[in-house]
Amino acid sequence: MKSRAFAYPYVLWMALFVVAPIIIIVVYAFSASDGSFTLDNFSNMELYLSVFGRSFGLALIATITCLLLGYPLAYALAHEGPRAQGIMLMLIMLPMWMNFLLRTYAWMSLLEKTGLINRFLGLFGIAPLNMINTPFAVVLGMVYNYLPFMVLPIYSVIVKIDKSLLEAAQDLGAKPSTVFTRVIFPLSLSGVLSGITMVFVPAVSTFAISKLLGGNKTMLLGDLIEMQFLGGSYNPHLGSAIALVMMVVVMVCMFVMNRFGSDDEQVVMF
Amino acid sequence: MKTKLSVLGRVYTFLIYFFLYLPIFVLIVFSFNSSNSRTIWSGFSLEWYGELFRDSVIMSSVYTTLLVSFISALIATVFGTAAAIGFFNMRGKMRTHLLNVNNIPLMNADIVTGVSLRLLFVAAFFALGRAFGAINGFLGTHLPVSFDLGFGTLLIAHITFNVPYVILSVMPKLHQSDRNLMDAALDLGCTPISAIWKVVLPEIMPGIVNGALIAFTMSIDDFVISYFTAGSKTQTLAMAIYSMTKKRVTPKINAISTILFTTVLVLLIIVNIRSLRQSKNNDAKQKKGILK
Repeated sequence: MKSRAFAYPYVLWMALFVVAPIIIIVVYAFSASDGSFTLDNFSNMELYLSVFGRSFGLALIATITCLLLGYPLAYALAHEGPRAQGIMLMLIMLPMWMNFLLRTYAWMSLLEKTGLINRFLGLFGIAPLNMINTPFAVVLGMVYNYLPFMVLPIYSVIVKIDKSLLEAAQDLGAKPSTVFTRVIFPLSLSGVLSGITMVFVPAVSTFAISKLLGGNKTMLLGDLIEMQFLGGSYNPHLGSAIALVMMVVVMVCMFVMNRFGSDDEQVVMF
Repeated sequence: MKTKLSVLGRVYTFLIYFFLYLPIFVLIVFSFNSSNSRTIWSGFSLEWYGELFRDSVIMSSVYTTLLVSFISALIATVFGTAAAIGFFNMRGKMRTHLLNVNNIPLMNADIVTGVSLRLLFVAAFFALGRAFGAINGFLGTHLPVSFDLGFGTLLIAHITFNVPYVILSVMPKLHQSDRNLMDAALDLGCTPISAIWKVVLPEIMPGIVNGALIAFTMSIDDFVISYFTAGSKTQTLAMAIYSMTKKRVTPKINAISTILFTTVLVLLIIVNIRSLRQSKNNDAKQKKGILK
């Protein structure tokens, strides 16, 4: 049977546009601008430790917030009637179809010094809060943009849990809280894990959200990489090294995650 | 199954939806503002919509976005379907390895994909320029020696990140299909190509359509990868929006948002009504079957 030959053109494409770019990143990361081998790009990263710390820190806070907000929502959704579920799911996905830049821009007008939230607080005589251009605004932007990525995988796992398992647990005398901690949560863990990766990876690598909501004060890894390729401080070698470190850390995190979770992933869209 | 949701649960759900929709609502309201403030309401007007349609930069970026999304979704669908059929017929180890490589663009952060493709394009253009220069010197031809990132590189990047989605949505359909059907078609004298065309493709068609739709939406929505691979002269809508948000505040952005939001809402409602009707029809047919 020769039908495996159908894959050959794409295998060639992958070699050219998936594998080769990664090799080039590695080559750039380990070389100086004259092409000689060097480790300077990595030792220079010491200067940017605070950026690494801030990026991973804020992404972690955003991921945990998404989990805390998203899990109860996914749980509530899964217990609605079928028709309400359809509508509510659609309402969660609807904002995702608007570009994330527009969603982020929307928060700019809410958080500004003269923005709507401050004007609303002003009605009660509360002095304007300083919200935009703070790490808080960046985390808010991340949570707002990526919350659906947490809700959807958790929902799709909870909704498939066999209801007779819950009844069995109750019949055997488990309290509702025990049913949750011993049955529902462990069974939904694969959804939680894939939600965590789907939120954490874009959050740790974003540069637009931090630029729009964080101003110049909240520089993240994404901004640092972007600056090395398109911004003022052009240095693709350093940029590649940072991208490589980020990639490796993310891959290790995901590998550890996959050890725990099951591997039935699917694209959820419609 | 219907469980009674506690009042607390409902209040909570409502609050989250409020959080999700408040910014979008504000965005839409202020697209109709007559002044250019995004926080102070000064009266209803459609002026920003007029401005938007007269803005040639935005209009051409919309054209670029639709063009690159359409072409890349089309190519990725053909490519991805062929690749999925090929992978499916490979042996265990080989298939696992190739599928792992296929997953790389899905797992990598967008910025890494974008930056690495940009480096590849720049390096390839450099090598090509050198080679063409040598040929020119040798043969006296006038091959171009310098190249820029542009629509071509943008398209390659979009195809590259779209194919994995197509494969992911076609694969499960292949697993569900009956392997023997293909063998039967071959036994009955079909060539492999016509067996795939007449037997396999119709069976996996829902997966293909789903994959094509996902690819198209991913392309429309992409900002980061386009930003690094489109160069300075080609611009997608997302890139145009990004440069607008960085510069002056203009309610044109609000107008774009409103148009996009309404389009998506209408499309989603149509899709939902259609699937609702289909399932109702199926129910009705089943009931009739039972009555017989």
